[in-house]
Amino acid sequence: MKYIQHVLSHLRKDLRLEWRSRDSINGMLFFALLIVAVFSLAFDPTGYPTTARQISGGVIWVAILFASVTALNQSWTREQRNQVLDAQRMAPSPASALFLGKALANLLFVMAVEVVLAPIFIIFYNLHPLGNTWLLALVMPLGTWALVVNGTFFAALGLRTRNRELLLPLLLLPVSLPALLAMVQATTGILTGDLDPIQINLWIRQLGAYDVIFTTICILLFETILHAE
Amino acid sequence: MAQRTQLIRNAAWLWFTATLVVMAIAFRQAIFLAPTEATMGDVQRIFYYHVPFAIFGLVFPYVNLLASLAYLYFRSRNPLSALTADALALASAEVTVLYTSVGLMTGMLWAKPVWGIWWTWDARLTTYFILWLLYVSYLLTRRFTSAGSASGQTSALAAVLSIFAAVDVPIVYMSIRWWRTQHPSPVFGGGADSGLDPSLYPAFLWNVAGWAMWGIFILLFRFALERRRQIAEQEAALRTI
Repeated sequence: MKYIQHVLSHLRKDLRLEWRSRDSINGMLFFALLIVAVFSLAFDPTGYPTTARQISGGVIWVAILFASVTALNQSWTREQRNQVLDAQRMAPSPASALFLGKALANLLFVMAVEVVLAPIFIIFYNLHPLGNTWLLALVMPLGTWALVVNGTFFAALGLRTRNRELLLPLLLLPVSLPALLAMVQATTGILTGDLDPIQINLWIRQLGAYDVIFTTICILLFETILHAE
Repeated sequence: MAQRTQLIRNAAWLWFTATLVVMAIAFRQAIFLAPTEATMGDVQRIFYYHVPFAIFGLVFPYVNLLASLAYLYFRSRNPLSALTADALALASAEVTVLYTSVGLMTGMLWAKPVWGIWWTWDARLTTYFILWLLYVSYLLTRRFTSAGSASGQTSALAAVLSIFAAVDVPIVYMSIRWWRTQHPSPVFGGGADSGLDPSLYPAFLWNVAGWAMWGIFILLFRFALERRRQIAEQEAALRTI
């Protein structure tokens, strides 16, 4: 119970900081929009609706992945100002509460970006989904959490390194590849309506299993990362 | 101490010579003595190199994982043992990258004439490729974090990353296995008609032995080198005090 309160107070702090500056969300949103624009120049999706359905699952996840990478580093840089991170290290609350609070905050930020991005995406790509789109309400949060939980962890890992902006994608992408495969396959399957519902179900379950496994490891190992000196 | 160093040096030379001898026998067996395979012809001889490299490319990551776990265990209990474990982790990671690289390249050389393509996103190939990516990023992390003087930080972060890699690889394999698979089904311990023709066994086993000995040799050589670097660093630190 006490643990949840710690997590919530960290979450409240991060939300308040973001509310006052709105740096991460604005940056992510514009970056994702640019990626969507570049891909639509490359593929001309409005002219070929079938192609648009086939590629949009991959395009939207690439946009979200790259956009969230830009924001994840910032989320820890905030803690470095005025030696806040050193204070966090000395705090009696468990280290993983800090991590969970920040990961949840990042999840909310990326989800906010997705909510704005979805209508823009449908307009620009002239998208007419053929499958059961309600399943996306399950795929999007699960996939976003897979990216954000590992991303928050690796951003903390690379915090004191030389090229931390470069290190985060180098670490995050290989580890996230199974999750990326699952979410792209599930999303494409839902949009095209080609994939068997049983298979989509299997991909979603796999994504859920990935989330559970990596959330557990991140929580267990975060203390080592925070105190690695 | 000096006597012990001399003993280790002699053992290393003996091991190195034995490795060269075994590798020479293995080369003769694989290239000259083993009969040519019926359907693939001489291209099949890559098998004698590809499979040992592929096998040991999967063994050294376990050494890395065990050394990393040992590091995390000893970190606060016994710093000197922790340093030894860290040197072993670094050495095994580098050998892993070497062995997986050779495994991937020999696989491609075989795939082009036999499948007609260099590469396919099949379960085993993709898993193996991601294993390679993970260990390259492991080495990059070590390089990026070692900028400052705090080398304890590098080791701890790398050890955590090694655990992530160990968890990720089985998941990758499971997730891609029922996505698509083209790689030949297991030659050893597969189905009823799997297994190697007895006439090909000597070449295969000699090569497995030779490349295993070679891998262990460079692993320990790199380990000794890293230990020397650590000891030199400690002495330099002591001298400044």
